Amino acid sequence: MAANMKAVKLRIKSVQSTMQITKAMELVASSKLRRAKDRSDQCRPYFRELHQTLADIAEGNTDFSSVYAKPAAGSRSQADRYCYVVIAGDRGLAGGYNSNLFKKLEAAASQNLAGEDSPANTGTAAGTDGKAANTGDYVVLPIGKKAVEYFQRRGVEILTEDFATVADVSVADCFEIARLLCREYREGQFGHIELCYTEFVSMLSQRPQIAPMLPLTDLESDADQADAGDGAASEKKPVRDLILYEPDSTEVFDAIVPEYLGGLIYGGVCDALASELAARRNAMEAATSNAEEMIGKLNLSYNRARQSSITTEITEIVAGAEGV
Amino acid sequence: MSSFPLRIGTPDGLLFEGEAERIVCRTITGDLAILAGHCNYCTAIGMGEAHVVLGDGTTRYAACIGGMLSVMNGTCRVLATTWEWKEDIDKDRAENAKKRAEERLARQGLTDQEYANATAKLHRALVRLSVKQ
Repeated sequence: MAANMKAVKLRIKSVQSTMQITKAMELVASSKLRRAKDRSDQCRPYFRELHQTLADIAEGNTDFSSVYAKPAAGSRSQADRYCYVVIAGDRGLAGGYNSNLFKKLEAAASQNLAGEDSPANTGTAAGTDGKAANTGDYVVLPIGKKAVEYFQRRGVEILTEDFATVADVSVADCFEIARLLCREYREGQFGHIELCYTEFVSMLSQRPQIAPMLPLTDLESDADQADAGDGAASEKKPVRDLILYEPDSTEVFDAIVPEYLGGLIYGGVCDALASELAARRNAMEAATSNAEEMIGKLNLSYNRARQSSITTEITEIVAGAEGV
Repeated sequence: MSSFPLRIGTPDGLLFEGEAERIVCRTITGDLAILAGHCNYCTAIGMGEAHVVLGDGTTRYAACIGGMLSVMNGTCRVLATTWEWKEDIDKDRAENAKKRAEERLARQGLTDQEYANATAKLHRALVRLSVKQ
């Protein structure tokens, strides 16, 4: 009995110290979350306006002389290649935050491949060695340590690993990323750029999201889909409101697209950071309450063991006294 | 004079939302004024001074650096990388930045990247100072 008591006591202690850690992490996450949420709230209007403006432009655009406006020409395999900017967390212990994002990305990537590959290829992609067939068909630019690790393990081609800590990414870094992406895009390394991040819906809910960024025709199809979702007539309406570009559309796009990408990436980083902290806070809250529950149960069994050992002792003493 | 809805946003937040009579800012090809009833329009913003005449006739000055300006169905959106109202500009900081950039440019053996950074910093500082004065 005594051994059992000791084991239970040890277990209570270990659960208690785990609980202390999860509680501390919860507090840290919630204090950081407040700041991250402020930043994300501040940045949200800019993010939304930027996206809206570019979507409007994409819809009204009839001039495809800029490289950013239409799917890149060149060899088909290059033009169909996707580049994902993946914004994940720096650390784990945030519930399903990182794995949800990666799952969403994998689904989107294999969907894109399935849509564009020849049937023979999709067969293998969906088949047993799907992993081998998937890799190499898209490029990623990971932001956040977890994303870097994940793609290294998977053997996916990585554009740069300079932005490994998502918490340190500033506006200037985002513009640098955007310039890098634009350069690669112009060189024809890939034909599509998409942003993969976790949208901060509320404290309790975060949604992994994939948003198209380039070329601008991708934005247009996105808007069309949204229209169709609303039940509105999604037929291609003739464009009447022509947009005047000054000095001309190519020059304007060359100037604004890097800014636009930078702005979107910054918005994504702010949102992702807030989401990560919120996810961690929720996970840690759940862990703390689980630990409390467990300690309660263990205390009960500890007391039961203690009581039964006392009872045995008394019985032994009484039996011994009678024997004298 | 008639006015139009204007929104000015930067990554640091939405700085202005409301009615304006006129906005003047520097684009990549030169100064430009937008009045009410402008056709759909899009251009990129350069570095320079800007001012907005509000619906009630007051004028606010600002420094604007980079970004885009678009007019869509009568609404004007200015999405700038930096947009600082005259009253928000820190003069001492801008002067320090100017001095540092000048010192750096005076040095020999800069790489292209360093040179470009220093020049950009100098330009930004000069724009801020010229708005403040």
